[in-house]
Amino acid sequence: MTTLDTSAPATGKEAARAKFAGYFVGLSRWKIGEVLFWLALVGAYFVPDMNIILLGHILIWGLFAMSLDLLLGYRGIPSLGHAGFFGIGAYAAGFLGKYGWTEPISGLLFAMAIAGAVGLVTGRFVQRVHGVALLMVTLSLNLILYDAVHRATDVTGGDDGLQGIVIDPVLGLFRFDIFGKTAYWYALIVTFLLFLVARALVKSPFGLSLLGARENTRRMIMLGAPIERDVSFVFAISAALAGAAGALLTQTTQFVAPSALSFDRSADVLVILIIGGTARLYGAFIGAIIFLFMRDWLAALSPVYWYFWIGLLLVIVVSFFRRGVLPTLETLLQRLRAR
Amino acid sequence: MNAARDIVLATRNLRMAFGGLAVFDNLNFELGRGERHAIIGPNGAGKTTFVSLVTGLLTPISGDVEFNGAAITRLSPQQRVKAGIARTFQINTLFRGLNPLESMVLALCERDGRSGQAVTSVSREKPQIDEALAMLERFGLQEGALTLTDMLPYGQQRLLEVALALALKPQVLLLDEPAAGLSTQQGHELFSQLVELTAGTTILFIEHDMNLVFRYAEKVSVLAAGSMVVQDTPDNVRNHPRVREVYLGV
Ligand SMILES: Nc1ncnc2c1ncn2[C@@H]1O[C@H](COP(=O)(O)OP(=O)(O)O)[C@@H](O)[C@H]1O
Ligand SMILES: [Mg+2]
Repeated sequence: MTTLDTSAPATGKEAARAKFAGYFVGLSRWKIGEVLFWLALVGAYFVPDMNIILLGHILIWGLFAMSLDLLLGYRGIPSLGHAGFFGIGAYAAGFLGKYGWTEPISGLLFAMAIAGAVGLVTGRFVQRVHGVALLMVTLSLNLILYDAVHRATDVTGGDDGLQGIVIDPVLGLFRFDIFGKTAYWYALIVTFLLFLVARALVKSPFGLSLLGARENTRRMIMLGAPIERDVSFVFAISAALAGAAGALLTQTTQFVAPSALSFDRSADVLVILIIGGTARLYGAFIGAIIFLFMRDWLAALSPVYWYFWIGLLLVIVVSFFRRGVLPTLETLLQRLRAR
Repeated sequence: MNAARDIVLATRNLRMAFGGLAVFDNLNFELGRGERHAIIGPNGAGKTTFVSLVTGLLTPISGDVEFNGAAITRLSPQQRVKAGIARTFQINTLFRGLNPLESMVLALCERDGRSGQAVTSVSREKPQIDEALAMLERFGLQEGALTLTDMLPYGQQRLLEVALALALKPQVLLLDEPAAGLSTQQGHELFSQLVELTAGTTILFIEHDMNLVFRYAEKVSVLAAGSMVVQDTPDNVRNHPRVREVYLGV
C-alpha cells in the first residue's frame, strides 16, 4: 500500500494501516506448528511398535471433537448429545455397507449428508433454546435416539450391533487390513481434508460472525445478522463432520453398535475438547491424543478405575489450565518468545 | 416550518407493558429527517423501552412504529436494521473477546451481505477491511485496534459502541445514553466528537445531563408518565411549565 514512495519515511498512520491490513492475513497463514503437527501424524505411522489402531482412533475422536468445537468453541452453543450425530453417521455408513453399497468414499459422503440434514433440522429446532435448557434438549435427543436404536433390534441388531457390513478397498486399491494400516491412512486423509474445510470456515467472514454471535447475540441482531440461519448452518456443518467421524469408525472396523451414539460418547467428546482447549480446532486433536493415550495406559494399569484418573485429569485441567491445555501452551510460548 | 418537516420515524398510539406494569398507554412521537433529537425523562420513564420498540427487540401490545411512512411494527429487528435503523445500548453491548478491528470488519461484512461467505479468509474482504480501518481512525480508535475490546479503556468502548452502529450507514441512529458511565468532562468530549462524526445522520439520543441535551439537541421530547409530554425546541422545552413541574422539578 505504501510501496510507491519508499524514500519518504512512512508516517505513523500509514505504518499502522499496513500492520492492521495484514492482521487477517496473519490469522489465516499456516503456522509452522500446524505443519509440524500434521507431519507428526504422518511420521507417527513409521515409529516402530506404534499402536496404529490407537492412532486411528485418535484421529476419529479428534475429528469428532473438532466438529463439536465449531458449535461450542466458535459459536458458543453447548451440546450434551453430539454422539447422536456421530451415531447417525456411523449407522448410515453401516446400513450402506450391509445392503450392498460398499464403496467407502461415497458411503462417507452419504453418511455426512444424512447427519448434516439431521443437524440442520436440530439447529432449527433448538434455535431459541439456551443454556441449561439446551443441554437438556440435546441430551434428551441423544437418549431418545439411543433408545430407538437399542430397541429396534430387527433393523439395527440392537446390542449385538450391525453385522455383515462390507466395505470395498479404498479407490479399489487399498483393502482394510486387520493391522489398521489402510484404516489409518484413510482416516488421516479424510480427517485432514475435513480439517481444511473447518479451518477455512473459521477464518472466513462466516467464522467471524460465529464468534460475534458467541460474544454478543444482541449486538449481532443489531448489526442485522441472520443469527438463526447461521445457527442452522453451523449445526449442519458440525453434525456432518461428526457424522464423518462416525462413518470412519464403522468403515474402518466394519462394525457398529449402539455405543456409537451413547451418552458416554457425548460426555467423552466434551471432555476431550475441554481438556485440549476450545475455539482453536487443534485443541480437539490435542485433547484426543491426551485422552486416548491416557485411557490406553490407565486401562492397562487398572482396567476398572481408569475413568477415575481421566476425571482427575479433567479437574486438574479445568482448575489450573482453565481454557485447556493448548491455549495454556500457546500463552507460555508467546511469553518465552517475548523475552 | 412545521408543515414541511419530513418525518422519517414515528410511533402511533404505542401501548406497552411488562406483565402488569404499564410503561406507555398511548405514545405518539415524530422524528424529522436530519434532526438531532433528544429524549429526556426520569429514570424508569421508558426511554430504553422506547428504543427497543423502535428497533424491534420488544413488541408493543398495540400501535405502530412507522419508518419513512410505512409501518414496520411487524418487521424483525434485522429487517429494521437493513431498512436503515441502528442503535447503541445504554450498557456496552460489544464483542468483548474480539478486538475493535475484528468487530468493525464483522459489522461491515454483515452490512454488505458478506457474512455468509464461509470459504475464503476474511483477509480477502479488502473493501471492508479498508473501511474498517478508516472508521476506527475517524473515531480515534486505531491505537487499540488490535487490543481485546474487554481491555480497552471504558471511554473507548463507548466510542466503539457508536462506531459499530454508525458503520451500518443508518438513516436513523438511536443512541441510548451514549455518555452513560463517563465523567461530565468525558461526556462533553464524547458529545462534541459525536456531533462531528455523525454529521448528516438523523440522530435520536437519550441523555440525562441537561447541559448536554440543551447544548446538542435541536429538538427535545420529554417522556414522563407514559407519554411524550412535550416535543419542541430546547428553549421552549426548558421553559415549558409542565416540564419544569414533572421533570426538572422546579
Ligand atoms: N425486560 C423488562 N421486564 C420487566 N420490566 C422492565 C423491563 N425493561 C424495563 N422494565 C421496566 O419498564 C420501565 C421502563 O424502563 P426503561 O425503559 O429501562 O426506562 P429508562 O430507560 O427510561 O430508565 C421501568 O419501570 C423498568 O423497571
Ligand atoms: Mg434507560
